[in-house]
Amino acid sequence: MSLFRGRRILAGAMTLVAAAAMTACGSKTTDEGGATGVTADVSGDTVKVGLLNSLSGTMAISEVTVRDSIMLAVEEINAAGGVLGKKIQPVGEDGASDWPTFAEKAEKLISEDRVAAVFGCWTSASRKAVKPVFEKNKALLFYPVQYEGLEQSPYIFYTGATTNQQIVPGLDYLKAQGAKSVYLVGSDYVFPRTANKIIKAYAAANGMTVLGEDYAPLGSTEFGTIVNKVKSAGADAVFNTLNGDSNVAFFKEYKSAGLTAAAMPVVSVSIAEEEVKGIGTQYLEGQLTAWNYYQTTPGAANSKFVAAYKAKFGADKPTSDPMEAAYVGVYLWKAMVEKAGVFDVEKVRSASDGITFDAPEGMVTVDGKTQHIAKTARIGKIGADGLITEVWNSGKPVQPDPFLKTYPWASGLS
Amino acid sequence: MTVLFGQLFTGISIGAVLLLIALGLALTFGQMNVINMAHGEFIMAGAYTTYVLQQSITGAGLSLVVALPVAFVVAGTMGALLEVLLIRRLYARPLDTLLVTWGVSLMLQQLARDVFGSPNVQTRAPELLTGNVALPGGLTIANNRLFILGLALAAVAALTLALRLTPLGRRIRAVVQNRDLAAVSGIATSRVDRTTFFVGSGLAGLAGVALTLLGPIGPTMGTNLIIDAFLVVVVGGIGQLKGSVIVAFALGVLQATGEYLTTLSVAKVIVFVAIVAFLQWRPQGMFTLRTRSLA
Repeated sequence: MSLFRGRRILAGAMTLVAAAAMTACGSKTTDEGGATGVTADVSGDTVKVGLLNSLSGTMAISEVTVRDSIMLAVEEINAAGGVLGKKIQPVGEDGASDWPTFAEKAEKLISEDRVAAVFGCWTSASRKAVKPVFEKNKALLFYPVQYEGLEQSPYIFYTGATTNQQIVPGLDYLKAQGAKSVYLVGSDYVFPRTANKIIKAYAAANGMTVLGEDYAPLGSTEFGTIVNKVKSAGADAVFNTLNGDSNVAFFKEYKSAGLTAAAMPVVSVSIAEEEVKGIGTQYLEGQLTAWNYYQTTPGAANSKFVAAYKAKFGADKPTSDPMEAAYVGVYLWKAMVEKAGVFDVEKVRSASDGITFDAPEGMVTVDGKTQHIAKTARIGKIGADGLITEVWNSGKPVQPDPFLKTYPWASGLS
Repeated sequence: MTVLFGQLFTGISIGAVLLLIALGLALTFGQMNVINMAHGEFIMAGAYTTYVLQQSITGAGLSLVVALPVAFVVAGTMGALLEVLLIRRLYARPLDTLLVTWGVSLMLQQLARDVFGSPNVQTRAPELLTGNVALPGGLTIANNRLFILGLALAAVAALTLALRLTPLGRRIRAVVQNRDLAAVSGIATSRVDRTTFFVGSGLAGLAGVALTLLGPIGPTMGTNLIIDAFLVVVVGGIGQLKGSVIVAFALGVLQATGEYLTTLSVAKVIVFVAIVAFLQWRPQGMFTLRTRSLA
């Protein structure tokens, strides 16, 4: 019967759709090239660097902005004479929001293009996929996004925040505001799960109660029940580690349930200026975010960065924390190379400790031991104009501590 | 008790969303048996219509009211074009229809990306629809959910009445029940097909407008919805609207209850297991259309 025939075909199609979605979760690493590492080709009057971002697929929304700000830094450096007298020649690759593709493209940039360093990656999954490639080839990656900590690769420089520069200050802020209980809402993958483990350990040691913990699969947009649970739990604040489209649905539901920033503020760690535009200030006004940089951060370095970015990419384009961290990464690499006097990876690494840069977010310092960056933590409030204004900062740069070794309450975590 | 009632309403409102996104498909897939993978992109077209209208109509409430009929016509016209240009030539080849409409869906997503950019866009909801109704006992019911429930029920009622009472509805039902007999009785079946497709796709546009109140508006929003929509129609049974209506609300309540007692991920598993079990028991879906046609 034709009715059934149609349905059987449909079943096949759904399997295909599901299979296409699954490939994004698979992970493999290519195993080619020598184990000794490939030296960068710096024989000409240019030096190649790799740009590895998703220009297609679900992550393109975010990663394209990072690619743009890396390009801005490269152009500025070239206009000022380049690095060690050589102009930077960027080689762009598309990670396509697919983790095995990231590993393949990283291998290509290192072995075929023989780049001196690679800038890029966004999700923790893509970073974990390329990590063995960089370690095997002894090549450098500058990773620009805040992440869940508990990692330290000798061949990765982490220019975004680790947990003690973002999540812990966010909790400190809530505690100072008198919050006695929190509710945790996050997407169901490695970053929110690890972050919430840390938050629970913090809460236990600081007299806070965690009233509930809920996870939504990435991309899910039905938050009726979770918001009901949050509402009936009646916490003092919500800590939000949702990622992507789920944030839109969550905040729309939150507002319709009658929950407000004044009565039960939400602290988000994945909502920057670009995301605010996609959700709508109607739903977000007054809610809190934890980052190290906002478009509104004061200082001459930031005014220059914002003006240059808008002149190049459009006046309506906001600048955000990951973009800034990516931009800073290029300048830090330049400073390391110039201090080392060569492009050699091992020499650049040992020159890294103590490098400072007057970044848009304020003064940053490279910590050579962890290869993370000391940066100022900033809590911001989302305004009616869609920009985020700072309501609190840590006063001075926070020393990176990816394994939370200096926090007694975190001893059981790593 | 309050929580139970709140969850019940959440379940019903999830059901209303499911119903709204599946209703158009219940016509094109359920009645015409065309597998249209681009149905989700017609929902997206409806959502972007709201966004475009808000650029020129500043009042959020007025633009929403205007968006409903405009989105219906925009998505409906896209559907009718798709039917005339491609699907019509492939009626006897369901597998090809599937691949072609999937291709169209990818092209429409890219078109949206080129025109509106890949980041999500925002629309303003009228203040009235961002609030809620407070009931005694601390219970609140969100206004946007009430609006969507009302819209879904109104759409079902209008569609049912149209199918029962209008000459066009009679022709549609005749073609569904027995295409050959309808054709020899003088019904222009190809014109009926085109109109059915227009209405089915238009309903997707309507769903798109409603979804701007709840979720993200972006190029890939349709792909997240299409599987849910097909589930409702398949479980509801092909050729009947009432099956889709009952199943949408049943799945909504099951999802909300499961989620409340466990977690969202587990609730999705529960829903899928329930569907598989149900289809083992009734492979033809909840209701089937009895016809004398030989097809």
